[in-house]
Amino acid sequence: MAEKISQETVIKVSRLARLSLTSNEAEKMTSQLSGMLEHFRDIDALDLADVEPMTRPYPLKNVLREDVVAPSLDRDEVLGQAPAAESGRFRVPPTIGFDV
Amino acid sequence: MQKLAEIVAGVSNGTLSASAVLEEHLKRISTRESEINAFNLVTADQARLDAAKIDADIKADKKVGALAGVPIALKDNMCTRGVETTCSSKILQGWKPPYDATVVTKLRNAGAVIVGKTNLDEFAMGSSTENSAFGPTKNPHDITRVPGGSSGGSAAAVAAGFAAASLGSDTGGSIRQPAALCGVVGVKPTYGTVSRYGLVAFASSLDQIGPFTSDVRDAATLLEVISGHDPMDSTSIPQSALSLVSVLDQGVKGMRIGRVTDLPEGCEPDVLARLEAAFDALRSAGATIVDVKLPSLQYCLTAYYLIAPAEASSNLARYDGVRYGNRVDAADLNAMYAATREAGFGEEVKRRIMLGTYALSAGYYDAYYGKALKVRRLISDDFARAYKDVDTILTPTSPSTAFKFGSKTDNPLAMYLCDVFTIPTNLAGHPAMSVPFGVGADKMPVGIQVLASTLGEQAMFKVAAELERAS
Amino acid sequence: MSEVPVLPNDWQLIVGLEVHVELATKTKMFSASANRFGDEPNTNIDPVTLGLPGALPVLNQHAIELAMRIGLALNCKVQPCTFHRKNYFYPDLPKAYQITQYDHPLNVDGHLMLPGDVRIGIERAHLEEDTGKSTHFGGSSGRIHGSDYSLLDYNRAGVPLVEIVSRPDIRTSEQARQYVAELRSILLAVGASDAKMEEGSMRCDVNVSVHKPGTPFGTRCEIKNVNSIRSVGRAIDYESRRQVDLIESGGTIRQETRHWDDSTGRTETLRTKEDADDYRYFLEPDLVPLVPDPAWIEAVRAALPVLPAARRKALAELCGVDKDGESAIVVVERGQDDYVRAVISAGGDARRAVIYVQQAFAEQGAAPKVPAKDLAALTILERDAKVTSTQAKTLLTDLIESGGGDVVAMANKRGFEALDTAALEAMVDAAIAAEPGAWQKYCDGEEKALGALVGAIMKSSKGKADGKAATALLQARRG
Ligand SMILES: [Mg+2]
Ligand SMILES: [Zn+2]
Repeated sequence: MAEKISQETVIKVSRLARLSLTSNEAEKMTSQLSGMLEHFRDIDALDLADVEPMTRPYPLKNVLREDVVAPSLDRDEVLGQAPAAESGRFRVPPTIGFDV
Repeated sequence: MQKLAEIVAGVSNGTLSASAVLEEHLKRISTRESEINAFNLVTADQARLDAAKIDADIKADKKVGALAGVPIALKDNMCTRGVETTCSSKILQGWKPPYDATVVTKLRNAGAVIVGKTNLDEFAMGSSTENSAFGPTKNPHDITRVPGGSSGGSAAAVAAGFAAASLGSDTGGSIRQPAALCGVVGVKPTYGTVSRYGLVAFASSLDQIGPFTSDVRDAATLLEVISGHDPMDSTSIPQSALSLVSVLDQGVKGMRIGRVTDLPEGCEPDVLARLEAAFDALRSAGATIVDVKLPSLQYCLTAYYLIAPAEASSNLARYDGVRYGNRVDAADLNAMYAATREAGFGEEVKRRIMLGTYALSAGYYDAYYGKALKVRRLISDDFARAYKDVDTILTPTSPSTAFKFGSKTDNPLAMYLCDVFTIPTNLAGHPAMSVPFGVGADKMPVGIQVLASTLGEQAMFKVAAELERAS
Repeated sequence: MSEVPVLPNDWQLIVGLEVHVELATKTKMFSASANRFGDEPNTNIDPVTLGLPGALPVLNQHAIELAMRIGLALNCKVQPCTFHRKNYFYPDLPKAYQITQYDHPLNVDGHLMLPGDVRIGIERAHLEEDTGKSTHFGGSSGRIHGSDYSLLDYNRAGVPLVEIVSRPDIRTSEQARQYVAELRSILLAVGASDAKMEEGSMRCDVNVSVHKPGTPFGTRCEIKNVNSIRSVGRAIDYESRRQVDLIESGGTIRQETRHWDDSTGRTETLRTKEDADDYRYFLEPDLVPLVPDPAWIEAVRAALPVLPAARRKALAELCGVDKDGESAIVVVERGQDDYVRAVISAGGDARRAVIYVQQAFAEQGAAPKVPAKDLAALTILERDAKVTSTQAKTLLTDLIESGGGDVVAMANKRGFEALDTAALEAMVDAAIAAEPGAWQKYCDGEEKALGALVGAIMKSSKGKADGKAATALLQARRG
């Protein structure tokens, strides 16, 4: 299994997850995640080469829906629950300094 | 305290009024809720209207549903239209969904009276209900102890008589473990039996909704109402509702009950003693006890704590302060995301998002998430082999009785070990339930877990009913 | 069509296209919310569209069927498939993941033929969901950078998309344009999408790289926001030139996503590979596999209409025109080839029929109002030289205006009758006499001078003379 998790990796992952960790938190998180990943090494001993991954518990397929329109939610009710809205739309701060 | 079955019978034949039943429960809530904190929200006003409507319908000789007048509490991760649904998280505090979960619709149609939304570990992540943004729930049997989790509020609500029944959700034991710790019945049905539509997702391939009740019959009745195919949930099994009440009196004569010979270590001796007593009871009722091996069981924790956080990291990415829930304002979008999620999520939720994001990220997927999915297959295969020889399997629900507050909060791994017996069934998608079966050395309730194979609910309920008769 | 600028010094262009098309369903990919363009913002929304907590996706059967039509029309293999989550944060993406297909897409390994029998491989055509729409406000530019805030409309979120990924088989910007045009006509023919680039229901991302023959392909850049067929060509021409210039001046190409600016005619860096997200793909646990059974696939295949290429070929053979020529392309694209066939069945002249329809029926749609027999009669009138081609054009306009009628009567009413040869000869004599200078120049080999002579004939005949016949007579006189 992979090497010990570094604080640098923890900070990278926290960015991916859009969680801003303070350096104290990052340090604590690094040690906790390391402890868990260490425990999770127990499965390294297993020979899993020929094992088919199991992604869902019940084997269903082809669950489909007819193409029939249902009414929309009420816009005012929905926007009333939004942190910020304007002109029938959701409002967000500007996008700067990162991917679009 | 009235059982669900007594309420339905009384209300339906006019000897009980739904309103009077409700008032009794509301009275118990007003007496003890301040110390227990089972609820995030008590919806007394709406409940009174709903109960009055049932009574009016009975008077008018209208047909009422299978849960007429039953006061029911809902774990606060099930969407209720216009009624705050928080998942015990600051990030959703104040959010009023514009729609009802399928189970909520089914309960309403059956005439249930919803009394409130119950407390949980934030986003159902935990085993003690200590991870709630709104304070912990206390165990009604001893308020210095945890009620278990994550559906601690739902378990406590039934144990304290605040509701005749409640619904919880179970991703790794979150119904069964608190049921055991609070001395009530808790069922996790086969994955796909109860619709997940409107259940706020924690780990989509593991989550199931199920009932808490004070006895096995009530659990069977409630599960019959909430189960059945839902076209809104693609993972819902296309079959009609479960039929369970009819099998409860059939006994266990001739049934084969599995005893796991390689059960993971760490279970308290008094709990193991109750398990032995359970085997004895079933044996004397005519069942055969058969040894089974589940060698992969020891790897369950690893598989679960990689798979569940991975799915959770994706499911919880939508809490970004844009469309609903709370936002912490910032000058630009990315800063807003980070500030919102930093302030909105508690420590355990962040820890699992981090773990899951890491397990899925490029370069680590194969080593962690990919491997965990393979281990999941091994566990499922182990069970498949075992169920060739047995109809159900018995284990303790939890390695210990209810523990003291704070005793495991500093060590996430110690907390995770609480779920060592409950996790395997979630990974396999099987049904399992916890039945109260005596008490431990500390006089706190002990739960015995009955496991069965996919859609093996009838066998499971037969055994559970027998244990209940013997306890 | 403009000439394709050829890259200097043996540089060879490599292009692959990723085309997103919105499917013509009534509802979204995973929910019953309406799929409708142009509605008031946030009026086609439901829990699934908004990614509300607890909402779950359910596949739209019609979307699958339309995607299968696309796959089959592109000669793909239609196969069992699964859905994945592609995780990234952006406000137009309500769940913070897009449900898409990853390692097992619905359609794989197809191809599409371009004029000149050029074969462009199709790697895959997979299903996914569209995002919402952000509009950026404030700041000076109205562009995303420097704006003060953005507003979000989720009507488009969850609209079913098929992403068609070509292999890097395209070698010229002209081929790229042809590819998009041909793809568009296929999509229209099978009814999978309205494929309106200007409304965004068909969107092209263009991957461009350059190399020297015999060496590996260069680093590629992906160009986004290419919103018309014309822009596809322009963007490729600009970008390939930029890459060659950069390499030749000692620079290196960075793998990056670039933005096409139609007003400046340039591409600009949007983001580089280094800051690209780690999408953490994993199997969507809320959906189950899609395993289209062979009977379903064959039923969809059997219901496919004859595709544009085959229709062009058939029409071209029937009418004696080029299958890759303008008239075959245009008539098939408008769906008027059946009409041309009807005109021919009614006794019409095949070649004239297709050309009349190409030139005069742009506004008529697939079922022109002019009865086929009337158009047939007109082609015969012209073929038999009963009217001149100029007169035939006038009559065609009359036919379209009146929605049909007896063309012989129409010709009579207009006083049209082709002049007999003797009368035309007399007019030629008169024209040479009237324009001796022009005649002299024409005899000296100055072809331009012909215009004045023919003009004089047309004038004296009041338009009844056939210009072609007059020209032939003048040529014969010159010897
Ligand atoms: Mg792409
Ligand atoms: Zn795409």
